[in-house]
Amino acid sequence: MNDTNNSDSTTVLADDAPVNLEAEFEASNVKEVLDKLDRELIGLKPVKTRIREIAALLLVDRLRKQFALTSETPTLHMNFTGNPGTGKTTVALRMAEILHRLGYVREGHLVSVTRDDLVGQYIGHTAPKTKEVIKKAMGGVLFIDEAYYLYKPENERDYGAESIEILLQVMENNRDDLVVILAGYKDRMDKFFHSNPGMRSRIAHHIDFPDYSADELLHIAKLMLATQNYRFSPDAEKAFFEYITLRMKLAHFANARSVRNALDRARLRQANRLFANASKALSKTDLMTIEAEDILASRVFIEGKLDSEPESGQ
Amino acid sequence: MMTNQGNRVTQGQFSFLPDLTDAQITAQIKYALGRGWALSVEYTDDPHPRNTYWEMFGNPMFDLKDPAGILMEVNNCRKTYPNHYIRVIAFSAVRGVESVTMSYIVNRPKKEPGFGLVRQEIGGRMIRYSIHSYATDKPEGERY
Repeated sequence: MNDTNNSDSTTVLADDAPVNLEAEFEASNVKEVLDKLDRELIGLKPVKTRIREIAALLLVDRLRKQFALTSETPTLHMNFTGNPGTGKTTVALRMAEILHRLGYVREGHLVSVTRDDLVGQYIGHTAPKTKEVIKKAMGGVLFIDEAYYLYKPENERDYGAESIEILLQVMENNRDDLVVILAGYKDRMDKFFHSNPGMRSRIAHHIDFPDYSADELLHIAKLMLATQNYRFSPDAEKAFFEYITLRMKLAHFANARSVRNALDRARLRQANRLFANASKALSKTDLMTIEAEDILASRVFIEGKLDSEPESGQ
Repeated sequence: MMTNQGNRVTQGQFSFLPDLTDAQITAQIKYALGRGWALSVEYTDDPHPRNTYWEMFGNPMFDLKDPAGILMEVNNCRKTYPNHYIRVIAFSAVRGVESVTMSYIVNRPKKEPGFGLVRQEIGGRMIRYSIHSYATDKPEGERY
């Protein structure tokens, strides 16, 4: 794997030599990544636990290697299921970084693909396409979003199956070279695995992303605003909490993604409000603060409808 | 007098050295990737030194980060053409360069018969010389 590991394997420690897990943990800088994960990702308890477990396993494996206790490289192919906007892609990106720090993958880049990038349009097009993507992902993480689209049972001449076959082969033979992460909605992924049992058995980690609670979403909203140098006024914060509780009951709720869209619209309204009272001199706080009225203007409050729905009566 | 005892074809980089091991090939690929060059694998069974354009094995590989993918392709090519010459080339797209910047042989036939000198008499008792690979006496695909 990386250079430090190579030197580890050449000098085998004596049986009673002590090793320091703490020191190894510090040296790997994983702590920093895990802390960042805790800070920036709200909620997601089961996900964080699993990531910690994986990090621990890889660290212990590294120590074992110092005693020449060989164990097979663990398969780290993963499957992320969860509703839209629950942070699957964000975690996948983080995962690449963590695995890189632990020396499990060499480069630590993430190649994010969907069905279009893997499956060709005519006979003989799929294999080179899939292989090209796999080669690009080597040394890093291959993230397949909406992986269930790969398999279309209703069309038996669909080339998706070919792509899956190549993927399976690589997942088995090139375990040291890349980590494959599949992502998708729970029910559809279950169906996908049901029809591709080989895929299921090759993926060791099935992680389910839970939906966020309203509190967590408010937290996320504040983090999102902070990164864009905005903030809520106290009233606006209350209004936004109400907005979230209402919005959660409506259709097409996509967790953090809906929050982001709502914030984008609030920023539009804020800009418009500032523009309307253009005569007044503006301060820095005015430019930064989102007021309650920017949020309360949403149609979720007024008509109990989505902002993105067409105007009524038109 | 034989100057090239094993009749080894010497073209490209490292060709006077013993054959590169996979680890050495990986290190060379890594160097090329680090420079941002696109690598590809080519093969041929015509060892003539002026045979510049070899057959491509798959497409050139752009945007790779890790040597494993290219080594995989090299091994695929070795499996398909165990008795051909196989080389790895690196293409630099830098403006003003835009050509192959690295080229080295990673696989060669077990037995390389070498080249013979051919003399052609032309007018005025002059002689034209050319070299001819013994291997190319046989048709393509059956040479080694």
